[in-house]
Amino acid sequence: MTVWRAMARNPLRFLLSSWPWRSIAYLATGPLVAVGWLAVVLVVGAAGVLLAPLVVGLGLLLFVPLTAIGLAAVERRRLRLLDARPAPSPHREPAAPGWRPWLRLRLREAATWREFGFALLFALLGAVDVVVPFVIIVGSSVQVGSAYLVGHGDQLQYGPYGTVDQPEEAWVGVAAGVAMFVVGLYVMAVLAGARAALARLLLVRPVEDELVAVRASRARMADAFEAERRRIERDLHDGAQQRLTGLIMTLGLARLETPSELIDKAQQDARAALAELRDLVRGIHPSVLTDRGLRAAVESLAEGAPVPVEVDVELPGRPDEGVESAAYFVIAEALANVVKHSEADRARVLVRHQGRLLVVEVRDDGKGGARAGEGSGLQGLADRVAVYDGTLRLASPPGGPTILRVEIPCEL
Amino acid sequence: MRVVIAEDSVLLREGLSQILGRFEHEVVAAVGDAPGLAAAVAEHLPDIVVTDVRMPPGFRDEGLRAALALRAERPELPILVLSQYVEQSYASELLQTGGGVGYLLKDRVGEVAEFIDALDRVAAGGTVIDPEVVRRLLSRRREHSPLERLTEREREVLELMAEGRSNGAIARRLVVSEAAVIKHVGSILAKLDLPPAPDDHRRVRAVLLYLRGEL
Repeated sequence: MTVWRAMARNPLRFLLSSWPWRSIAYLATGPLVAVGWLAVVLVVGAAGVLLAPLVVGLGLLLFVPLTAIGLAAVERRRLRLLDARPAPSPHREPAAPGWRPWLRLRLREAATWREFGFALLFALLGAVDVVVPFVIIVGSSVQVGSAYLVGHGDQLQYGPYGTVDQPEEAWVGVAAGVAMFVVGLYVMAVLAGARAALARLLLVRPVEDELVAVRASRARMADAFEAERRRIERDLHDGAQQRLTGLIMTLGLARLETPSELIDKAQQDARAALAELRDLVRGIHPSVLTDRGLRAAVESLAEGAPVPVEVDVELPGRPDEGVESAAYFVIAEALANVVKHSEADRARVLVRHQGRLLVVEVRDDGKGGARAGEGSGLQGLADRVAVYDGTLRLASPPGGPTILRVEIPCEL
Repeated sequence: MRVVIAEDSVLLREGLSQILGRFEHEVVAAVGDAPGLAAAVAEHLPDIVVTDVRMPPGFRDEGLRAALALRAERPELPILVLSQYVEQSYASELLQTGGGVGYLLKDRVGEVAEFIDALDRVAAGGTVIDPEVVRRLLSRRREHSPLERLTEREREVLELMAEGRSNGAIARRLVVSEAAVIKHVGSILAKLDLPPAPDDHRRVRAVLLYLRGEL
């Protein structure tokens, strides 16, 4: 809820709500803040000028714009009077602790200078904020009180235009006073709303920035998962896989010493276990992807597929690890779906880099009718692609063909 | 033979040394990383190198990279790569460097006699590719692939050819006459439109290059 939306409501509801009073409070406290800030600036500035012959003084002058940071913090809090939306600070956290990194960052940030600009404007406009409510409140109070004043023998002088000294005229004045007060409440609300909008514009981090931050953190999380998968793959490779291989070697030697069917059997089992482990490890994270890139990894998928798969991968370079993995797992899942559901005779994988997009297309000539979200794993893939701002589209009319197309923004 | 082993797992390094020792091959150096391999080869000038793919410092395919660098420097040095990966993309670069190379899955070492046999074939300038890798390559179904034209028996022969076996060895394995194998090989080369090549490893390489050309 903001003051603007409150004003758009039924006038009676607006006038009886707390919004007019909040507006007055907002306007009335503004000049106090401005005066306080000007006092601080005066002290710092004067000290700076006085000490200018010493180098310290010039340093102090640097602090003048920084005083706006404090003012902005107060203003963001005051904003809550009129605007319930959150008002996060536009400043970034310094990378290192201590006052030096803080100072360097703040002096470089555009946000600091926007706040300084706001502070100067705010100090100037503070005068309006004082005068307008004063005129409205004092003027309407006098009007409303005109019947009482005239009744006690006073008269109201409107410059050269006229004089009110009759009770009948006074009652007209009362009505005018009430009207003036009602209109005045709206005027003050508009003024306060405009001031709040200005403060939000210059002092608050835009919502779009928040979105970028959220997006970046999702991508970070996906990358962390990816790193974790690689770690598990490495652990299995260096641990269980090596041990099993060692066991197979030892059994081979044992067989040389004393040929035995049991040893043969044990060795076969160990080799089967190793083969299974190898498949498992490849599913977690294929080292061929890390070592040889997307093309070799997709070729390997095609080698393992029971349907003929044409692979057409042409990239001028290697995408970021996260994007590359996402593309790989999309293709793996899509080919698995082709094999499981499509009854296709052949499939085709196309990967290209077109206009800052990594484009992946998997197409089959199967029966079609595939849908995302039917336990096909497509939903998970769409999520995974979305993390990198990519899109996943599926066309699969009954009777086929099925085309899965993924586009992920990516610089190569 | 004088052998240099590069393998970062102590367990497997010991196992390999033991197996090679039993067959009276001399392990002149056993190292745990790629730079160590280059140094050991320069120092000992071995008859053959047996190396892992994934090694320190990066734990990616340093071993294979080191093998390729060694081959570029000494094209005659036989190298047998032991790997945990069935992907042919690891093997193909190595195979392009000519004869005297091999790519085997690590657990193949457990078939001790066969492993030693493969080692000898590589040392003699032959080409050896792990049957599992070959099978994966051959089983890849393609549209209009000339491979579809091969009979079951011819496929078997092709697999054994790719393992670097001689006609005699293939004949023994399939329990047929050597003349029959020669006929099969001729028929395979014809069906795949490959010109006949004089020696074994070129034959295998031709087959594999052909397969990869299809990819």
